[in-house]
Amino acid sequence: MSAKYRPAAVLIIIGIAFIVLGIARNEAADVYRKAINICLECMGIG
Amino acid sequence: MADFIRKIKGRGRLVTQILFAAFTNSYVRGFAKGRIFTGKTKYVCVPGLNCYSCPGALGACPLGALQNTFAARGYKFAFYATGFLLIIGAVLGRVVCGFLCPFGLIQDLIYKIPFVRKFKKLPADRVLKWLKYVLLVLFVILLPLFAVDATGQGKPWFCEYICPSGTLTAGIPLVLANKALRSAIGFLYAWKIAVLSVIILLSVVIYRPFCRYICPLGAIYGLFNPIALYRFTIDPDKCIKCGECEKVCKMNVSVFKKPNSAECIRCGDCRRACPTGAIKVQKPFK
Repeated sequence: MSAKYRPAAVLIIIGIAFIVLGIARNEAADVYRKAINICLECMGIG
Repeated sequence: MADFIRKIKGRGRLVTQILFAAFTNSYVRGFAKGRIFTGKTKYVCVPGLNCYSCPGALGACPLGALQNTFAARGYKFAFYATGFLLIIGAVLGRVVCGFLCPFGLIQDLIYKIPFVRKFKKLPADRVLKWLKYVLLVLFVILLPLFAVDATGQGKPWFCEYICPSGTLTAGIPLVLANKALRSAIGFLYAWKIAVLSVIILLSVVIYRPFCRYICPLGAIYGLFNPIALYRFTIDPDKCIKCGECEKVCKMNVSVFKKPNSAECIRCGDCRRACPTGAIKVQKPFK
């Protein structure tokens, strides 16, 4: 991989680490909980 | 058959947009019954702006996930959603806007409606294109983080007051199909319908006004354009600076000067228009 693409590679690695950390902090479960319930804010109901 | 294949190839981006939007919103029963999908795929964020309360949606909206985690008590930072955005942004940048965003597709289709005159940009384009960054910082990060109630719980400000994708793909179908929701609509719903209407009307005369001026997700992905694995390069030996790329660019980018502009959605019109083939996709692996 050329040096020009190293920043992208580093960001991908950080992204993977963030996802793992997010799962460990239970954020993934919160995202899921929000996503399976009708989001009244998104619809414009409040 | 050969003719058909040639036609499909010529419309590769549109076909990709339609297939991706259909695939990620394929819970058809949700539209009929006025309810949303509750399967495990909703743990995963889709790349584009795709409301998770759209009855067909199989995944989570990255912008909604980001705001809700910022707004939740105790987190203070959204590692999970940011991780998705970092990976998708670092690989694709705004390819997502051009190919994988259902609301981008909707605007593309509306722009195809014939009108007496189409405009290349709004009068205050230079200033307005910064609006999406202001909305990103204010409505997606700061307000959900700091405008909290007595229990420390915030709310997704962009989803609630602005997002037209939520209104169109969740608000309208669910309100139509669900009597209980219908009885709950009020001023906020009318406001969001007004925002959506303005964007739809503008989309007839200007290409993708929401992506250019409002979308915080496009703002995030745009920041990745100069460093993403998918990026353009100009061959200086071939470029004759004729400006043909700038002329055909519906996002109003001077491609030969700034091939990786944050405004570029990678539609590829410039590459097809370039008479010398000077605009190339850089290859990360040589």
